Amino acid sequence: MANAISTDFGAAPISLWRRGKDVGVTIAAVAAVILVLAPLGAIFAYLVYKGIGSINWAFLTQTPKPVGEAGGGMANAIAGSVLILCLGSVLGVPMGIGAGIYLAEYGRNRLGNFIRFTADVLNGVPSIIVGIVAYGLVVLTQKHFSALAGGVALAIMMIPTITRTTEEMLLLVPSQVREAAYGLGVSRWRTTLSITLRTATSGVITGVMLAFARVAGETAPLLFTAFGNQFWNWRVNQPTAALPLQIFTYAISPFDEWHRQAWAGALILIILIVVSVSAVRIAASRGMMKGN
Amino acid sequence: MGVGIKVEHLNAWFGKTQALHDINIAIASNHCTAVIGPSGCGKSTFVRCLNRMHETIPDAKAAGKVEIGEMDVYNGTSAVSIRRRIGMVFQKPNPFPTMSIYDNVASGLKLNGFRDRKRTDEIVERSLKYAALWEEVKDTMHKKSGAGLSGGQQQRLCIARALAVEPQVLLMDEPCSALDPISTGKIEELIFQLKEKFTIVIVTHNMQQASRVAEFTGFFLLGKLIEFDKTEKIFTTPSDKRTEDYITGRFG
Ligand SMILES: Nc1ncnc2c1ncn2[C@@H]1O[C@H](COP(=O)(O)OP(=O)(O)O)[C@@H](O)[C@H]1O
Ligand SMILES: [Mg+2]
Repeated sequence: MANAISTDFGAAPISLWRRGKDVGVTIAAVAAVILVLAPLGAIFAYLVYKGIGSINWAFLTQTPKPVGEAGGGMANAIAGSVLILCLGSVLGVPMGIGAGIYLAEYGRNRLGNFIRFTADVLNGVPSIIVGIVAYGLVVLTQKHFSALAGGVALAIMMIPTITRTTEEMLLLVPSQVREAAYGLGVSRWRTTLSITLRTATSGVITGVMLAFARVAGETAPLLFTAFGNQFWNWRVNQPTAALPLQIFTYAISPFDEWHRQAWAGALILIILIVVSVSAVRIAASRGMMKGN
Repeated sequence: MGVGIKVEHLNAWFGKTQALHDINIAIASNHCTAVIGPSGCGKSTFVRCLNRMHETIPDAKAAGKVEIGEMDVYNGTSAVSIRRRIGMVFQKPNPFPTMSIYDNVASGLKLNGFRDRKRTDEIVERSLKYAALWEEVKDTMHKKSGAGLSGGQQQRLCIARALAVEPQVLLMDEPCSALDPISTGKIEELIFQLKEKFTIVIVTHNMQQASRVAEFTGFFLLGKLIEFDKTEKIFTTPSDKRTEDYITGRFG
């Protein structure tokens, strides 16, 4: 019976060797996940352990006290970081996404290759040099340090990452999806914005958040752009405190109290990053469910 | 209401290679016309020239005269407005993956700036009914993604999406080649009803399908239209030897 031969396959017992391999690979995969997550968990746990004790109402609402006085906080640095990151994102995200769209949809030419090459080189430029560029571009022309200069420095660092991830995510959208839109009489730019970009939204957001999280902790590009400030400042053209700067100053100081505050600042910084990344993710998935 | 299509001296190229050679054909309104021929003979290229989808491929160009109703396709009308009046269904179902079923059907309207909510609801319902998908999706169409349907349902969704913009002509490029026999049957039934309202041009690999759904059939070979006649005539007493060889399965 020819039939019996083919149906016998399913009933054949799975060999011990194959079962062993299955278990082995599963264990290896789980181990790899743990290995990846362990440093992250360890860093977070250590930050909490070192920093949580110094986080209190004063830390979150007050500006730093002069050397020797106890208490005070990093409220102005938290606010300053939020301000500088907002400026950086407002400048960097549209430019990065715009360049990514160009590369994916129109960039199969010399100019496209040139932009790709530039973005890759820019990605490898040390952050301190980006700081010097922003210093030259903004600080020297404005004649003083400013939140804007810090924002420009961070934007320059965000753009290449966002550009290349946006390009790659858009290229992953199958050409049939574009064709479907063209076939409905939708113009090319409309297709790019409403169909291709939208189909790739979650990937593009991942790129943006990656760039954001990376620059949120940058100290070097802020050293001679935002510069730091012991007081509150909300004006974009004035020197502004930032968490990484404050942590840097406090960590290299000789005072125990400042060391404790530096740990607390680092914890706040990481919470700030986690919260904003999660918020954007949730908002984006809600938006997509609604269909707009 | 459907309109007729008149094609005169149509040539098409991919870069330097010519894919269509001097095609002349007159397609009757409110009938179904089948385009058959072996792989690579230019069937897809031909239908894609009718709504100027051909030129969306880099380096591809077309020349000649195509008239759809009163509209001169390659002269004085923009490609975008041509495509709005000619629906197209592709070989592989291609719903917009991040949109709900409803939004997929409404997409042609919305993307072209139509904002009337209530009218959109009506059009979506009517289009899904035309495409024989309404009963299956009416309760879930706002929540469920178009990509979550089966292959056959996805293809009917694409048909509904094409019909929602009220085209005069519906071009279908091997719409059933990725589908099972039951879904294929449903779509063939659909074609029967749709031709009361639209002019249909269907590319098919399947000669039984051509004889079932189409009143007229054109046979393409190596970028040329070899023979065009009533379907019955093509399949029983073709006047060209090459047509006969193809339909009797001697090559292809
Ligand atoms: N995107 C393309 N670029 C270059 N040549 C193509 C492209 N698409 C199709 N062709 C060529 O054009 C000819 C006709 O193709 P097509 O119209 O797709 O045939 P069919 O649909 O009848 O199978 C074939 O020789 C094919 O190789
Ligand atoms: Mg084809």
